[in-house]
Amino acid sequence: MVSKVVQYMEDIAQELLNGNRLALSRTITAIENEYENATEIMKKLYPHTGHAYVLGITGPPGAGKSTLTDKIAKTFRSQGKTVGIVAIDPSSPFTGGAILGDRIRMNSLTLDEGVFIRSMGTRGSLGGLSHKTADAVKAIDAFGIDVIIVETVGVGQSEVDIVKAADTTAVVLIPGMGDDIQAIKAGILEIGDIFVINKADHDGADKLATELNMMLDLDGVMKDWRPPIMKCVGNQNIGVKELVAKFEEHRNHIEVNGELAKRRTERVKNELLDLLSSRIESYIRGKIVDNGKIETMVESIKSRTTDPYSVAADIMQNMLK
Amino acid sequence: MAVRVLVAKPGLDGHDRGAKVVARALRDAGFEVVYTGLRQTPEQIAEAALQEDVQVVAMSILSGAHPHLFPKVVELVREKGLKDALIIGGGVIPDGDIPALKEAGIAEVFTPGTPTGDIIKFINENVKK
Repeated sequence: MVSKVVQYMEDIAQELLNGNRLALSRTITAIENEYENATEIMKKLYPHTGHAYVLGITGPPGAGKSTLTDKIAKTFRSQGKTVGIVAIDPSSPFTGGAILGDRIRMNSLTLDEGVFIRSMGTRGSLGGLSHKTADAVKAIDAFGIDVIIVETVGVGQSEVDIVKAADTTAVVLIPGMGDDIQAIKAGILEIGDIFVINKADHDGADKLATELNMMLDLDGVMKDWRPPIMKCVGNQNIGVKELVAKFEEHRNHIEVNGELAKRRTERVKNELLDLLSSRIESYIRGKIVDNGKIETMVESIKSRTTDPYSVAADIMQNMLK
Repeated sequence: MAVRVLVAKPGLDGHDRGAKVVARALRDAGFEVVYTGLRQTPEQIAEAALQEDVQVVAMSILSGAHPHLFPKVVELVREKGLKDALIIGGGVIPDGDIPALKEAGIAEVFTPGTPTGDIIKFINENVKK
């Protein structure tokens, strides 16, 4: 299955860098499906990445992330910036199928040539993104897009991968989702650089703002950025201009205080480690799983002749020689 | 890897129950279904197909505008460079219109009463993987 290469184009990376939208689209497909030429393409694109501002939008299902993303994108467009959107929806753990429905809220952006939208299924990833989101973002970055918005799947409390991928993370909440104990739990409420109370025309918006403020008051350390709490009504475009202004304020803030450089260093390190883990995993698969050697090992462990810890140590030793 | 399908509703009719039933059935068959929602122009459908790099474009139409809209989508999708994409249609479509649609590049037309399994089978047998 992975032997396939992208068709039609001699040099897909060069086509992408020349501004060919189909080349960008096909590159993301190659990345997602781990086609044979995906690594070659990424190698060529990598020197051209690192320019886009990556914005993460996360929050529970139905909070209005897609609708907000649509309005945020339009606001950036009105400033003359180009926008890429990677919208992630869950894949079925049973069939692998998915309904990717985020575009429904973004239809009026489809024909804007300064916008590129790609939907991705999580394909087994549990952190709110898909395993290939980071590389898809890089491809869009290399294409020359100014702002890339990554919209996560609807998250619960612990899907926090977005912070590793984004420069600024906005957590979108809506009124009426639980009492104030929810606000002191760990997880997504720790990752917001900006909190958005969407559907702020509904009852309970002020109460939620108070609860979030109380939670932020409990942050022991004096930080130089207190996450602002922004009220929006996404589908009426209320509060979105102010929200985008806050994104820019945050972006400038972390650029000046060195946090952006720190986050990007951390990202490069994480990506390298992830890449290594997956390479090592497939190397081991090639060495002991696919050829059936693992069965003998399993048998000797089962019969208690040896134990899994010794076997793992042996394999590691042989591998790293 | 999952086959990606764009399910789209071209034209002005506001009934997407059929499209949703098909989208759900395709999901359950393991496809990644990008659903665009209602009232799409052929230009929007073709551009969405390009951005999503789908292998299949499935359209549903109940308004009677299929003789105009279906061929237009085929033309635009091909123009975008998606030369292999399988383009299929469904909805309230008189039998007499089907030969012309196929002539225009619609690979198959599924009319009311079609079991979803037939659509899945057709895609699996004809999609360029």
